[in-house]
Amino acid sequence: MSESFQPDEKGFYGPYGGAYIPEMLIPNIENLRENYIRIMNSESFRKNFKTLLEDYAGRPSPLYYATRLSEQYGCNIWLKREDLNHTGSHKVNNTIGQILLAHEMGKKRIIAETGAGQHGVATATVCALMGLECIVYMGETDIERQAPNVARMKMLGAEVRSAVSGSRTLKDATNEALRDWIANPLDTFYLIGSVVGPHPYPDLVAKMQSVISGEIQWQLRNKTDKSDPDYVVACVGGGSNAAGSFYHFMDNPDVKLIGAEAAGEGLSSGKTAASIALGETGVIHGSMTNLMQTNDGQITEPYSISAGLDYPGIGPLHAWLNHTGRAKYLSVTDQEALDAALLLTRKEGIIPALESAHALAALNQLDLKSGENVVVTISGRGDKDMKTYMDRLQLV
Amino acid sequence: MEKLQTLFKQKKDLLSVYFTAGFPNIDSTLPVLKALEEGGADFVEIGMPYSDPLADGPVIQNSSTVALKNGMSLKVLFEQLKELKKSVKIPMILMGYFNPVLKFGVEAFIEECKEVGISGLIIPDLPYETYIEEYEKLFTENGISNIFLITPQTPDDRIKKLNKASTSFIYMVSSAAVTGARNGGLSPKQVDYFERVNSMELKTPCMVGFGISNHQNYKEVCNYAHGAIVGSAFIKHLENIGDDHNEIVGFIKKLKNGQ
Repeated sequence: MSESFQPDEKGFYGPYGGAYIPEMLIPNIENLRENYIRIMNSESFRKNFKTLLEDYAGRPSPLYYATRLSEQYGCNIWLKREDLNHTGSHKVNNTIGQILLAHEMGKKRIIAETGAGQHGVATATVCALMGLECIVYMGETDIERQAPNVARMKMLGAEVRSAVSGSRTLKDATNEALRDWIANPLDTFYLIGSVVGPHPYPDLVAKMQSVISGEIQWQLRNKTDKSDPDYVVACVGGGSNAAGSFYHFMDNPDVKLIGAEAAGEGLSSGKTAASIALGETGVIHGSMTNLMQTNDGQITEPYSISAGLDYPGIGPLHAWLNHTGRAKYLSVTDQEALDAALLLTRKEGIIPALESAHALAALNQLDLKSGENVVVTISGRGDKDMKTYMDRLQLV
Repeated sequence: MEKLQTLFKQKKDLLSVYFTAGFPNIDSTLPVLKALEEGGADFVEIGMPYSDPLADGPVIQNSSTVALKNGMSLKVLFEQLKELKKSVKIPMILMGYFNPVLKFGVEAFIEECKEVGISGLIIPDLPYETYIEEYEKLFTENGISNIFLITPQTPDDRIKKLNKASTSFIYMVSSAAVTGARNGGLSPKQVDYFERVNSMELKTPCMVGFGISNHQNYKEVCNYAHGAIVGSAFIKHLENIGDDHNEIVGFIKKLKNGQ
């Protein structure tokens, strides 16, 4: 394989990535860039990270053979149960890692952005664990539709600040977090939640989340004698659970990598968050990547039923995986995701997050064959989405 | 670029004013520019509105949102600037974010800038390294000055690098913050920072911006720099009073002369 899926020293994956940031952020980013690999490779970090992932977050997360879903699709479907992690999603893998980094770098004040609130909760959780101040930026729209997570963050001691610009969702929360960092460059650590933002964040977060694919390899080997599946399927907003699910398989072309992005009400509806299908190259939040934009280069307001996928860009690693054809990105509508969520619930007794439901719905678009091993990452659990499920699935 | 260089050689205590193109109305660009010139602004920064202005506080964010709703775009802006090219004498700088420029095509954008008489550009999220590697030649060949920002956190060796590549002036961000008016005078920390930069004897002058909102702020920073840049305070004025010629002239006179 000729392409590399690791970034170069400036953070570029092919033409994507880099650090397109104002001068005000350069010292913060340089400081992080100079330290993250050294700290992550240190004996003490590795030991603390491993211990917290196991004893605190409950890893390894199970790789579950979904018998009835497998019958439905005529292949072997394995669910990577990130929903069973402490705090209810894969986000905690990254927040544990980054809080250890922040601690090592002597930072006392933690800021984060959140869409569905899963990253906000995971950040508030590790801040409580470490006794650090925590401020979470969240779009006003998301504060309304993800109320249970807002309450959790508050109980954990975090301050939730409402982002009221733009469509008042994840993009706007990220803008506010970056502005906070500009104003507080010395004591503050920006604990970013996805494989987005300026270098080194996309690489840093992918490395933290790579625990997912590392586990899939040995778990699958234990259960099937093969360590590599035929497919790995994950949902993509910014793309952190997908990056973590793909990570150890990127260099093996026999493993088909499938990302499911949110088509919202449909690709041509104008209400969508499908940044691969509809995006063009541009800069968002400090990174060159694929993003939805107007002819005049203004970033388009995204829409998805799932707050965690409601983002107009995508991590630069995914832009590169798509560009090279190494991974394939499929669009899934709100309705398809809702149907897939209900199917999993009724077949397996697992209520997935709306985000993860997009990955499940993508199975309908694949030509799956008997005997093939298909790993689907269930990135989070559906508790936070119950209001949407009750309303949209008319379960009352 | 030359127009700016000449201005900096001839005059001290410069006052530069920022406004967002297309705010408060789509056709405000010309009346605002003429009033700024008459009021005594030494040069102007015309903001190219953007959907996601990372380095800006709420006042400029809001003006950008309104300007975009009004239909402002780079294409419209360049058409307006072509028309008023002959009627405005003071140097003009464009300030905005990288994505719209990238989408427009950086080369085409620079050509348009040259065509309408733009002297320089401030693109906060186009980092120095990318500028040097990809665009320096294009800018300088077309006489467009790229203006770098420095902040209290910028290390001396980086300031030296930016200074070396600077062709008009360096934008000294007054404190760690996004744009927006702030109360009170200079803090001892800010004075230390200004003096530190002064002692480096940079080849190009510095203008102080971010948080400068009245005559007193302006005079105060002129003790440490070649002049000051006012943005949010002027946008606030436009928000309250609109683009009335006499009101703008009065605002700028008061800013510059204290009365």
